[in-house]
Amino acid sequence: MPFKPVNFKSVTRRLKLHSFPYFCGSNFNPLATKFSKETYLYWYELMQLIRQFELMSEEKYKMDGKIRGFYHAYIGQEAIAAGCMTGTRPEDLFITSYRDHGLAIAKGVSVNSCMAELYGKATGCAKGKGGSMHFFGKDVNFYGGHGIVGAQIGTGAGLAFAEQYRDTDNVVLCYFGDGAARQGILHETFNLAMLWKLPVIFICENNNYAMGTSVERTSNVVDIYKLADAYEMPADTVDGMSAEAVHESVGRAVKRAREKGGPTLLEIKTYRYKGHSISDPQKYRTKEEVDEYKDKDPIQQVRKTILDNKFATEKEITAIDKRVYDIVVESVKFAEESPWPDDDEVLKDVYMDKNYPFIVD
Amino acid sequence: MARSIAFREALREAMNEEMRRDDRVFLMGEEVAEYNGAYKVSQGMLAEFGPKRVIDTPISELGFTAVGVGAAQNGLRPIVEYMTWNFAVLALDQILNTASKMLAMSGGQVSCPIVFRGGNGSAGQLGAQHSTAFEAMYANIPGIKVVSPSNGYDAKGLLKQAIRYEEDPVMFMESEQMYGDKSEVPDEEYYIELGKADVKKQGKDVTIVSFNKMMKVALGAAAELEKENISAEVIDLRTIRPLDWQTILESVKKTNRLVIVEEQWPFASISSEITYRIQKEGFDYLDAPIRRITAADAPLHYAPNLVAAALPDVARTVKLVKEVMYQAK
Repeated sequence: MPFKPVNFKSVTRRLKLHSFPYFCGSNFNPLATKFSKETYLYWYELMQLIRQFELMSEEKYKMDGKIRGFYHAYIGQEAIAAGCMTGTRPEDLFITSYRDHGLAIAKGVSVNSCMAELYGKATGCAKGKGGSMHFFGKDVNFYGGHGIVGAQIGTGAGLAFAEQYRDTDNVVLCYFGDGAARQGILHETFNLAMLWKLPVIFICENNNYAMGTSVERTSNVVDIYKLADAYEMPADTVDGMSAEAVHESVGRAVKRAREKGGPTLLEIKTYRYKGHSISDPQKYRTKEEVDEYKDKDPIQQVRKTILDNKFATEKEITAIDKRVYDIVVESVKFAEESPWPDDDEVLKDVYMDKNYPFIVD
Repeated sequence: MARSIAFREALREAMNEEMRRDDRVFLMGEEVAEYNGAYKVSQGMLAEFGPKRVIDTPISELGFTAVGVGAAQNGLRPIVEYMTWNFAVLALDQILNTASKMLAMSGGQVSCPIVFRGGNGSAGQLGAQHSTAFEAMYANIPGIKVVSPSNGYDAKGLLKQAIRYEEDPVMFMESEQMYGDKSEVPDEEYYIELGKADVKKQGKDVTIVSFNKMMKVALGAAAELEKENISAEVIDLRTIRPLDWQTILESVKKTNRLVIVEEQWPFASISSEITYRIQKEGFDYLDAPIRRITAADAPLHYAPNLVAAALPDVARTVKLVKEVMYQAK
């Protein structure tokens, strides 16, 4: 059957509507290893969108100085976002750390509003009040980028508590890095989540470096998934460069959580090609190490699968690349043309109470 | 009809009434359920509402605070009890960095309607780590409200208001030493709006402002002063943030003198803020410097005489009032 390009007005719109194929519905087989053409094309397009967004915004940060603040790129970790999206439903909640661009875009926060947020514009996904580390999209169940290492582990369990309390079968995907695995909140939360069998999947995106400190230098226990043992929590290690592996492991964990089986810890081994943040000179690792991982690049892997299986031709893939690039270019234009927040926004969104008597002098 | 009930019962009635009204409200904390509350505030609540809504937690302040905050962000209305606010310091990251800031950081998308409550301040010879009064520290934080009632009647109305109508995080400061205090509480349901001070005693010579259990000192001093024909007006702040400074200013316009009694440490305390506000708004009305009595600028020690020496009392308040009246001998 000849490949028909997916006819979407834009990926932004498509993601917002969640019209891509889901595999995690009631008939979902979590052990399925056969993924459809649509799955691979969706993964490819999403991962390219995240990567191109990051590359473009990094350029705007470094070249134009139009993006400021602490900026943490998701490049290299895209397969996690891809596999988690197909392994969950739109009703499921995501909450993550400050390395939040990729997951926000995956969940369906519009690319325009993400870029505008980086620019600090009123049209940003947090009205220009959050910046790079604090993307939000409550309407698409993206509960934000959180800036205190590990804090969202506990808050995410709270989101899951509410789902359990209301007796839904929604689950929370709660992301954190390997650095956060050394925070006390992780242990308190694991204990409570297992005690109460909360529907939360703890996803440790282990990119091997807590800023500049390698995992080996942060603990005697270098296998982070083993931290679950102390709480008798199911745990798994996952190849984070493989969207298929992420999908399958997330699918198993999600199924368990939906069936009231409680939380899971997934240690997803990934690699960030870029520094911890944009200002990181990366003197703690070699170029060879980075290159080794780039050889396993998740986007290239999916691209190869698509070509090998004739899911699409080179030309059609190039068309996807072009479409993604256009979306990102458009988002820059949107961000640049958007207005700054009004100055009187300083005292807005601080309280829900609209009559709060702020101290002003 | 009014009944005389203990402070702890007033708090319990507030929670019971709101939990009967709204399924989204639940109580969590250490010993709140099977033990019936470390200070028996939640006595009988497990029996009425069951373990889904009255939830014992392990000793894990940061963890259960985080769960409460996340639950509030996702549509529930939690009440989180701390055995004492001294232990909540372990959870300050969730209160300061998540609960108070997420509405702003998310551009208004993620709110956090939650009530944190528990005993606060000194409660006898408990040593330094169980004796801190935290109103000033929390009142410094934008995005949250701080309530610190002095009696069961106010406590019930304010707590009901916080649970039902406040969409922002509320820090509700009680006192272990007041849980047994009796007050008159009507049978009828009532709410008390946050941010409104209460003039507990009318007077014309000097204004005394206080809150929480230090209101006993303020009212005690006023009674002593009355014997010497000094008429003190006594104001109970009830809510610390937002601060009802207008009520204080109106009183000072009448008395021209202001004394503040609080259990905070002195540096950047509630009295510091009141003093700034009243000198700015009421400079021309003041006939004497604004004065205050705070807790000593030190951790609270154990020995009974050291506790007494460190905390405000009636005698020192009376003496200070006489100083601002220029009657000190």
